[in-house]
Amino acid sequence: MVAAAQHAHQAAVSKQSFEALTPDQAREVAAIAARIIPTDELPGAAEAHVVYFIDRALKTFASDNLPLYQSGLVEVNRAAAEMFPGVKSFSAATPEQQDKILTELSAKQLPQTGSRRRNQPAAGSGFLQTIWYDTVCGFLVDPEGGGNRDFAGWKVIGRDPAHSFSPPFGYYDKDYPGWQPLPAETDKK
Amino acid sequence: MSQAKVSYKPSEEVDFLIVGSGAAGGVLAKELSTNGFRVVVLEQGPYLTEVDFSHDELKVLGRHLLTNNPKFQPTTFRQTAQEKARVQSSVLYGRCVGGSSVHFTANFWRFHEIDFVERSKVGEIPGTGFVDWPIRYADLEPYYTKVEWEVGVSGLAGASPFDPPRSKPYPMPPLPVKGSGVIFERASRKLGYHPFPAPMAILSQPRPGRSACVNCGFCLGFGCEVGAKSTALSSVIRMAEKTGRCEIRPNSYAHKIAIDKTGRATGVVYFDAKKNEQLQRAKAVVVCANGAETPRLLLLSSCNQFPNGLANSSGLVGKYLMPNSGAIAYGVFDEPLNDYKGFAVSRIFHDFYEMDTQKLGIYGGGGLDARFDLTPIGFATGALPPGTPRWGKDFKKALNRNFTRTMQIFCHGSSLPLETNSFSLDSDVKDAWGLPALRMTYQDSPNDLKLMNWMKDRAMEILDAAGAKDKWHQPINSQQFAVHLLGTCRMGADQKSSVISPDHRTHDVPNLFLCDGSSLVTSGRGQPTMTIQALAYRAADRITALAKQGDLHG
Repeated sequence: MVAAAQHAHQAAVSKQSFEALTPDQAREVAAIAARIIPTDELPGAAEAHVVYFIDRALKTFASDNLPLYQSGLVEVNRAAAEMFPGVKSFSAATPEQQDKILTELSAKQLPQTGSRRRNQPAAGSGFLQTIWYDTVCGFLVDPEGGGNRDFAGWKVIGRDPAHSFSPPFGYYDKDYPGWQPLPAETDKK
Repeated sequence: MSQAKVSYKPSEEVDFLIVGSGAAGGVLAKELSTNGFRVVVLEQGPYLTEVDFSHDELKVLGRHLLTNNPKFQPTTFRQTAQEKARVQSSVLYGRCVGGSSVHFTANFWRFHEIDFVERSKVGEIPGTGFVDWPIRYADLEPYYTKVEWEVGVSGLAGASPFDPPRSKPYPMPPLPVKGSGVIFERASRKLGYHPFPAPMAILSQPRPGRSACVNCGFCLGFGCEVGAKSTALSSVIRMAEKTGRCEIRPNSYAHKIAIDKTGRATGVVYFDAKKNEQLQRAKAVVVCANGAETPRLLLLSSCNQFPNGLANSSGLVGKYLMPNSGAIAYGVFDEPLNDYKGFAVSRIFHDFYEMDTQKLGIYGGGGLDARFDLTPIGFATGALPPGTPRWGKDFKKALNRNFTRTMQIFCHGSSLPLETNSFSLDSDVKDAWGLPALRMTYQDSPNDLKLMNWMKDRAMEILDAAGAKDKWHQPINSQQFAVHLLGTCRMGADQKSSVISPDHRTHDVPNLFLCDGSSLVTSGRGQPTMTIQALAYRAADRITALAKQGDLHG
């Protein structure tokens, strides 16, 4: 099923044209994104059409990053060929090999998980950090922002795409009786 | 809106020129124009309305739709004056009509009586500029009430035993509870605390032209598409425009207050949308540009008569910056909260509003709130448990499991005023208009770091008591990024130790007034907007009285 989904995705890639990336570059970007958020029983970066989001971003608001993508993809392909002789590019490697390449590269480049004080997305500086961030963005952005095709990303995180909601919202508030003051005797400053 | 809006020529001398259309500027615009004065409001940013707002995180947050953009307005940062400041995004503020109230969380706490007189109560704190306010809670109480009724605040009067006295209940009931609120309420009651429905500047009931909150979930950081968030834009700005006497002029970047030979303000020089310089003339100027841009404008306005910056005879313009202390803890629970639905905060408590300084050796205090303020990208890039894989099936599994099951406890606290913490000009770095950049010099006092650590421990205990499956907190480090911009042109009776009088008039320029976060003498407990707006209503009364006495020019 995963293979079928990837095949279908690659067919889609070949049909639609790209604005910033060459078809070869787009194939590599799609392959990397598909390992960052793989497809399983739930959609992954491929189904969310992350590569189109990234291409569009590189043509528009993230055009400053195009050189980083161009050189970064060369690096990743070189790492693929060095680690697995005979493999010409990242996308030509098997998924297992691809994971090994990313493990090798990400040990050096990806930031540690953490939390920031404010809800402000911040892009990284290296290529792997940048494509990681862009993949997450293309997977989870409101489709108005050009990614998250058919709400594929929101299916994974469990976000209902509706624009308005009514309580109860979840498990813990469904039987809530309403706010009650504490009994007076315990209610002291 | 079909009615023609008023517009004034820059050469026309209006009664009041207000710089900034945010929480304070919006209120002053509404009040002064309602009182019959002709008013122009200059706003740096664009005039966006509900139709321009969006749920696109990259456009709104990533590309700064509503806030200052470090690309065009770089800021610099250093911890101490001995260091060379480096270019670093260090300040966030609203840059659109409505200011920071457009994107804020909408936590709307009044200050308590203690905030105005804490210095007298706890005594001198060596090494700080900690002083009492020249006004008291009782002076502001009628204005707090006015804010609640005019802009629209949801809440339940009397629900917290720590609340200060109030003359009227809230105009509308609290917003619905969220899963995070239920979890927080149950656990903190178990520990003996007094949680209650959070007062929020978000409508729980519709008002003319504004919908009640529809719980869309894009709240903190975003503009409200249905007008439910009680921003300056959705409330007072529209009332100001309806008077027919107030012009809101967007894309107008004020950079110099014009002064005549007698030392009086004659208007404000600004760059229009095409970066052409304009001078808007006015009988009096009110600067409400926020706690960073207000001192910057005064410093940019230095001239022969005022070589150290305008209204700066005290030398305190830009000093005593208080950004509020804070800490965040995260908890993951077994069942879905779906806390992404709705506004951010539904329950808070104020049991730590006044710390036991004798026992704990900590000055100040704070409040805790239960929330989820993360939108999908912000969540995936910043709120997974430490150590979660960054890619592959386990990354995806964590996204799948945690987004609906995570909540935060946000600890908000006081900041001590230190003279060394400041905003100033950095002539080595220029913005896109060629003006010196804003430089922030800041180091948390050891007391504030202790306070944050102490509150963070309490938040972790609450998550424990709530049975969180996984919990962690952000590291507590000295802050390098300020959102609450407080104290930098403080109010006081003595002109040697303050910048403005209790009437918000600068001590040095009789027809120049300042009102925004910079006016605050102490920092409160982390939620300043309500107090900034109450001050603005009060300032409008004071300024109107002075104008009617013919005393605007000293």
